[in-house]
Amino acid sequence: MSKFGKNEMTRRDFVKTASTALAVTAVSGIVPTFAIGGTAKVKVGVLLPFTGTYAMLGTHILAAMKLRIAQNGDKLGGREVEFIVIDSEADVSKSTQHTNKLIKKEAVDFLVGPVHSGIGMNMARMVKGKKVIMIVPNAGANQITGEFCAPNIFRTSFSSWQTAYPAGDAMLKAGHKKVALMYFNYAFGKQTAAAFKESFIPGGGEIVADMPTPFPKGEFQSYFTKVAALKPDAVFTFYSGGVAIKFMKDYAAAGFQGKIPLWGTFLTEGTSHKAGSASEGILTTLHYSSELENATNVKFKKDFKGATGDEADVFAIQGFDTGSLMIQGMDAVKGDTGATEALTKAMNSSKIDSPRGMFSFSKANHPIQDIYLREVKGGLNKVVGVAAKALEDPAIGCKA
Amino acid sequence: MELSFYLIQLLNGIQFGFLLFLVASGLTLVFGIMDVINLAHGSFYMIGAYLAYWLTGIFGNLFLGILLAIPLAIAIGMAVEKLAIAYVYKKGHLHQVLLTYALILIFDEMQRFLWGNDSHSVDVPNLLSGSIPLTDIQVYPVYRLFISAVCIIIGIGMFYVIQKTKLGMRIRAGASNNEMVQALGINIERLFSIVFSLGVALAAFAGMIAVPVDSLYPGMGDNILIISLVVVVIGGIGSIKGAFVGAMIIGVSSIFGKTLLPDMASVIVYAMMAAILIWRPKGLFQAI
Repeated sequence: MSKFGKNEMTRRDFVKTASTALAVTAVSGIVPTFAIGGTAKVKVGVLLPFTGTYAMLGTHILAAMKLRIAQNGDKLGGREVEFIVIDSEADVSKSTQHTNKLIKKEAVDFLVGPVHSGIGMNMARMVKGKKVIMIVPNAGANQITGEFCAPNIFRTSFSSWQTAYPAGDAMLKAGHKKVALMYFNYAFGKQTAAAFKESFIPGGGEIVADMPTPFPKGEFQSYFTKVAALKPDAVFTFYSGGVAIKFMKDYAAAGFQGKIPLWGTFLTEGTSHKAGSASEGILTTLHYSSELENATNVKFKKDFKGATGDEADVFAIQGFDTGSLMIQGMDAVKGDTGATEALTKAMNSSKIDSPRGMFSFSKANHPIQDIYLREVKGGLNKVVGVAAKALEDPAIGCKA
Repeated sequence: MELSFYLIQLLNGIQFGFLLFLVASGLTLVFGIMDVINLAHGSFYMIGAYLAYWLTGIFGNLFLGILLAIPLAIAIGMAVEKLAIAYVYKKGHLHQVLLTYALILIFDEMQRFLWGNDSHSVDVPNLLSGSIPLTDIQVYPVYRLFISAVCIIIGIGMFYVIQKTKLGMRIRAGASNNEMVQALGINIERLFSIVFSLGVALAAFAGMIAVPVDSLYPGMGDNILIISLVVVVIGGIGSIKGAFVGAMIIGVSSIFGKTLLPDMASVIVYAMMAAILIWRPKGLFQAI
């Protein structure tokens, strides 16, 4: 649709912008500040969940992204920013319609989303080869920067491979040779288990029990009985959210806490304080911990708390870094969203000063980042080491 | 694997079997006596669980939550019987299946609307949060023993009501010859209403006491419905004794299946059903 540069505007775009401005004025009563005939706004489409299970994740991602852009004078490459926000409802069946609305009807320059991996793969399929630049601030399915990878698809979060692969080595280093696996029997859980095995088995580890459990059930008794009979050196898991809390409590109630070390990836993220003493001593590998003491993280936690009243978490920093990525890319092309190739190249070579530490991007536009080893102490995910330094996702299937 | 592993898994299986028995006995009663296929039976399990979760959240005590949730669940059951099921008694199984399937969709959507798509759980009440050491490493949560105990009490109560009381006599009569019961001047409508509510209460109560050991999630009723149907078919339609034996067979075999043959876990209960039906095409027991 609109192929105008920063100083050109077709009549139609003008009418559209003006009518949007009028609508905004009518609703908010605030006079818009952009000058007519001046710079058009950068359109950032946001497809995140704001209702249902993942509402908190979507809210944190968007708030932190806006916080980052606000720190940049509310501008991207010198242009003002307009957010077009759609609630994805974490509903895969609506994602085609939502994505079409943003990339066709609204003709956004950037598309930020989603949280849910299934939606992420669908969106990636739809934007591949298009002009719009997609930035994934959470969804961790390997395929998004694997077989669906494209110059215009970026990710600022993690992949299931990247979080789980370092755990295999870390557990061997901790002396755990015989390990039982428990994970949700769905795509992300299976990818996590596979990535774990990829480093654990060649390193000399033995999987004594591989137990996928039905999603999203939280009944573990019979699996725990098997763990008790096998007496592994440790248990590696993938659970997250509400079920993770129940898992940790049941694990402690089964009498394993302190006897069979419990490991995971997302297990304790955002859940450790809710599980109370049941989470003490659990070890996880992840690309962030709110307990990191670098200056960027200290400042971010304070700013985020000030802006939202909430504590910062891994999702917030992924939103924050999405903002940073857009800023660096747009600065490099001076706000010219028409220069897609230069823009995506600049984004790919950007260095992000993230609360998780500095990171850069792989050829597949996925973060090359440190994965931390964290241990729950006093309800907090304390960083006890780096499980993998500057780890790059293998981007299997990526031909771009 | 040591012997203790098999014994503890047997205990887990029996405990799961008891819960299944509560759900399946309601299903088999409604089908056997009223000749109604109630696919929404699993939804009542879900409703019970969510009511208990909700009320426990408000009052901070699971027992109080359950106590208040029971009359609510029964009221919902009676309303469903009066407003929907009553219209399809004479319409045959196809209408019943369509109607109760619609009820599943309605209840599932209401659950999403009221409580969202997230998984929830409720803590085991402090009073029963203890555990009994079983092996050097594993302990058995007291609450699971409590579930089994409650199910045994309800089972005995049901046996007493059906075998020894006047109401039970009518229920048994209704199961064996529905028309004769009507001819003898017994108010069959009232009997149906009681039986249906009893079935709902059993399913909902199973959902309620299972809340601390299982988690709550969308579609939880559908899972329990399917496995309960298997139990009813194995045990013989309309037979409480059959529901008990069937629930134990399925409970124990599904627990062992999950841990010994994880790749076959989902197939095992159906294979069990097929084997039993080949041996006894009408299920293990006759109605009541």
